[in-house]
Amino acid sequence: MKAKIIVTPKKAVLDPQGKTVASALEHMGYKGVGAVHVGKYLEIELSGTDKEAWRKQIDDACHKILSNPVIEDYRFEIE
Amino acid sequence: MNFAILQFPASNCDQDAVHVLKNVLGHSARFVWHKESSLASIDAVVVPGGFSYGDYLRTGAIARFSPIMGAVQQFAANGGPVLGICNGFQILCEAGLLPGALIRNRSLQFRCENIFLKTATSDSPFTNKIAEGKIMRVPIAHGEGCYFADEATLQKLQSNRQILWQYCTANGELTETANPNGSVLNIAGICNEARNVAGLMPHPERASESLLGCADGKVIFESLIQWFQNRSLAKVA
Repeated sequence: MKAKIIVTPKKAVLDPQGKTVASALEHMGYKGVGAVHVGKYLEIELSGTDKEAWRKQIDDACHKILSNPVIEDYRFEIE
Repeated sequence: MNFAILQFPASNCDQDAVHVLKNVLGHSARFVWHKESSLASIDAVVVPGGFSYGDYLRTGAIARFSPIMGAVQQFAANGGPVLGICNGFQILCEAGLLPGALIRNRSLQFRCENIFLKTATSDSPFTNKIAEGKIMRVPIAHGEGCYFADEATLQKLQSNRQILWQYCTANGELTETANPNGSVLNIAGICNEARNVAGLMPHPERASESLLGCADGKVIFESLIQWFQNRSLAKVA
């Protein structure tokens, strides 16, 4: 099994990377580009088959270390 | 006074901090490796700058779980003074010992320069020898020093006077242009509610000897020493 985790900056947090990417896209001629948010993608390989147990552990790990709840949101799936 | 200077993989200015505390100020200072788990007979902890664990994941995110950080949490909970400088500030925020977080500089640039710093309050172990409003010249060297906290936290920081230092112009004005990284309210350093844990992005240990061009930062360490001596006297009395 694998956990696929996406961490993104909270909307209220200044995201200079996202802003820079947005202005680059606009500069390149991509019309209609709105706000861009640059985050992180993590893949974690998991042993065993107990999805529910892993869901709890991954949620705990996301909260404690993989994201910082002050500035980031996270979501994940296990497959 | 016995200082501990923590060392993580890729700490920097740890040597500078020991040098200032030992050779400039005449106190005892020793390195404590992050794998250690005790701070016995230590009076104050300095968490130095650098790029602990390569800044992987987020600045300070991995260092915060080093074995020594359990002892630092305990030391702080017992009222022991802890000062985080640059990466040390980031580690203390990640550890929840200080509120808020440090994120990428608004300019996306690594800023390495001398800035002006205004002390917002003398009411802390780290500023008690500094007059309120005094302006110091201290270097910064960071890519992720933009202080962020939500509205409720900022209001609390203000009402409790937990903002210790702010970026300012040479005349002490808190302007946008004097803010090197986009920090909210020009915040360069704060303390916790109990006032015994503080962090700042600038490097006072790099500006503590006139031989190096500027000694403005020394008074932060002198404040801490004076606070400790006063507290020891009060205990004896």
